[in-house]
Amino acid sequence: MNRILAINRYQIQRLGFGLLTLIALLTVVPIVGVVVFITLKGAPAISQEFLLGFPRDGMRAGGILPAIVGTIYLTIGTAIFSVPLGIAAAIYLSEYASDNIWTRTIRIAIINLAGIPSVVYGLFGLGLFVLFLKFGTSILAASLTLAIMTLPVIISTTEESLRAVPQAFRTVSISLGATRWQTIRRIVLQEALPGILTGVILGLERAAGETAPILFTGAAFFLPRLPSSPLNATMALPYHLFVISTQVPEMPIKVQYGTALVLLVFVLTMNLIATIIRSRARAKRQW
Amino acid sequence: MEKSLNFREFIITRLIKLCGYSAIVFVALIFIFLMKEGIPTFQEVEPGILFSARWYPIEDYFGILPLITGTIMVTLGAALFAIPLGIGAAIYISEISPRWMREILKPLVELLGGLPSVVLGFLGILILSPFLRGFLNLPTGLTALAGSMLLGGIAVPTIVSVAEDALDAVPRAYREGAWALGATRWQTIWRVTLPAASSGVLTAVMLGIGRAIGETMTVMMVTGNAPVLALSLSNLFSPVRTMTATIAAEMGEVANGSIHYHTLFFIGMVLFLISLAINITASSVVFRTKKRYERILS
Repeated sequence: MNRILAINRYQIQRLGFGLLTLIALLTVVPIVGVVVFITLKGAPAISQEFLLGFPRDGMRAGGILPAIVGTIYLTIGTAIFSVPLGIAAAIYLSEYASDNIWTRTIRIAIINLAGIPSVVYGLFGLGLFVLFLKFGTSILAASLTLAIMTLPVIISTTEESLRAVPQAFRTVSISLGATRWQTIRRIVLQEALPGILTGVILGLERAAGETAPILFTGAAFFLPRLPSSPLNATMALPYHLFVISTQVPEMPIKVQYGTALVLLVFVLTMNLIATIIRSRARAKRQW
Repeated sequence: MEKSLNFREFIITRLIKLCGYSAIVFVALIFIFLMKEGIPTFQEVEPGILFSARWYPIEDYFGILPLITGTIMVTLGAALFAIPLGIGAAIYISEISPRWMREILKPLVELLGGLPSVVLGFLGILILSPFLRGFLNLPTGLTALAGSMLLGGIAVPTIVSVAEDALDAVPRAYREGAWALGATRWQTIWRVTLPAASSGVLTAVMLGIGRAIGETMTVMMVTGNAPVLALSLSNLFSPVRTMTATIAAEMGEVANGSIHYHTLFFIGMVLFLISLAINITASSVVFRTKKRYERILS
């Protein structure tokens, strides 16, 4: 009896490895499943009218152009504010800041920004941009809110790629008579560019897919025309998907899957571009 | 020439420094605005009502206990799914899988982190909750359980990436020492590598839970949003409502400056303080172990 039950440690290892493999598969297979499933279900809905038309019949028919354009506007708006600010902040942390209490406070602040719930960003945007600064429910207010939310991702990835540039590059440049800023602009930023781009795209990808921060700062339920100024509210893909899957009765399932697919393609394309830039830069790097 | 160059250098350095400090400014601004709109709740709503079990704003019942218990219930459920999956996958990726497998798995987990939460909520409504209703024979599939399962999925990428970094940071000599003493790879993982990385793994779990507490759209779409006091395990199989979902669902319909409006900001303030506590604790662990702070962000 005892002999049968006693398994040696190599068998335990085989069991354990099997279990962990199973767990890894359990995490990954659903991801692939979700993407494939939405692609299959959503593809029949995609047509020229769907991508380039306006919603009709209480959004049950027609296209989703205003939502697509809105998401593009919001992503660009977010980039305008968060990219320069984020890169500059990362340059400060990597090239200028010394390790003192203030720098540590900045780092803690960045970590906290990354952890704040997205709906709290929405509240903050409502309080500061929509009401206090009187931007109203607008692309401007929503972009600013999303920009602050994206900031920690951009800062941390940019800083990481700046730090990866060997110190010798800076030393040589400065010894040739360049100033500190010239060195950063012409040497360090050049070398770190692929890493920075990756970080920026991943940050913007998150902004493009978010709903909660724009709920009360810039998202519109339905608009018959495209927004014409940054002070207009706008439709957006994630919010539109939320609306048509929860708020509109008798919504054709095909339109829902189609919208989900367009959103997914939007986000995954950004993800793919970031991955490609990163792997190409890794392959090309000589240092 | 020399002078203008110096001047430019000076201005740019100042500007960059200013941007560097922006993160502190934003955290402070967020806190100030949440306080500004949230603090009036204390004057407008009696503590006895605020901490009661009834959330029914139309009749001026602003009891936030059901929302807090709803959040706790859904988050604990999410942790139950996410911790074993996340840590297991991290161990697999870092210690067991061959290199080519790692190159496939890591981007895929990252991809999960990038999936918009509305998409998961959407699938939750159409696929998961009907399945749960049929499988468990429930009156509705929009339950805390459905929310927990999806939130677990959302927390997994955070846990995997932070835990994997922590495992990766364990010096190779530790493992080699254990192997040299005759330990199997499995014994090495459990008795050497994992204990050595424990603080990082703990950070991973905390950040994953933080992510789950703050998630909004998925939860709002699949948990049914009934503000009932969730105190027993059976509530896992019935609708609940979380703090985040309450804010998202109701803020659009309240009058600015009303009691309801202030109370929603008050809930936001509580959420902010929770995330602050989690992240400061997590980052202090990170700083103590001298790990790169960026790791926990990506």
